Amino acid sequence: MSSRKTSPPSGHGGDKYSVLLPTYNERENLPLIVWLLVKYFGESGYDYEIIVIDDGSPDGTLEVAQQLQNIYGEDKILLRPRAKKLGLGTAYIHGIKHASGNFIFIMDADLSHHPKFIPEFIRLQKEEDFDLVSGTRYKGDGGVYGWDLRRKMISRGANFLTQVLLRPGASDLTGSFRLYKRQVLESLVERCVSKGYVFQMEMIVRARQLHYSIGEVPISFVDRVYGESKLGGNEIVSFVKGLLTLFATT
Amino acid sequence: MTKLVEWLVGVTVVLVGWAVVSFDLLDLRLPDTYREVAWPMPLYLLVSFGCYSLATVGYRVATFNDCEEAARELQEQIKEAKEDLRKKGLKM
Repeated sequence: MSSRKTSPPSGHGGDKYSVLLPTYNERENLPLIVWLLVKYFGESGYDYEIIVIDDGSPDGTLEVAQQLQNIYGEDKILLRPRAKKLGLGTAYIHGIKHASGNFIFIMDADLSHHPKFIPEFIRLQKEEDFDLVSGTRYKGDGGVYGWDLRRKMISRGANFLTQVLLRPGASDLTGSFRLYKRQVLESLVERCVSKGYVFQMEMIVRARQLHYSIGEVPISFVDRVYGESKLGGNEIVSFVKGLLTLFATT
Repeated sequence: MTKLVEWLVGVTVVLVGWAVVSFDLLDLRLPDTYREVAWPMPLYLLVSFGCYSLATVGYRVATFNDCEEAARELQEQIKEAKEDLRKKGLKM
């Protein structure tokens, strides 16, 4: 795969990509994810901006974000902090309000989603004019790193059950590395009420309901390098509840 | 129509068809062999679906890609990024 494009960077039909990065205690990871985003957007030549939505992290994430803004410029790094943790859905609404791009990437800031896949998302979106492109761990070269057998079984089992019950037309429902057309994300976020894992699932299920077209890019998911990754009983219970709610209401 | 309703409709149609043949509800005078085959059918379907599910999930767990290469690449890029960011004046 060629990492560098031969075509000139300007143009691309005037498309601009806004990356929404909701953060909470990501002081270690934020500089790294921003560095990688700048690297891959820079190499591919697409117009972009990174919007950091920090929910009042006590570890000083915002202060690090300010330093990054000084380094990379206020046109590339936008800071749109909020006073306290208010949930993913409202973070996206908050971010979209301040985004100037006509396309929006959402991804985790904890380095589990690698920006190297961004050019593939964009290429696939352009090829078929998809309304949204979703990263998938379950197809093609996609996969995970850092998961034990138990985690893999829960993940595959939950995914199978969801596929059977909801037939959502996408293979990775709980993943959160996605590219949306701006107005598609706006209309979906308005409708989604779930929290946590189920929020991403509801976004895809509602997208199918509204007949949006969905493309998929296989991604490698490298589980949190810094910080704790959790999948306990509580997560599983809330996942099942969310699944059944969607089953009964969509 | 919600997925729940779709499922209920599907299950009802199958159950009605099964009951018609198994208990000859419409007095169709079907041969006995039909009835004998139809009678345990729901259990067979359930068991085969269970087997299919287990096999599918098992196969997918076994073939779940371990992205060792991606993890290594990331670690190297983290080193590179930290060095570069330090040069650019970032204080961690």
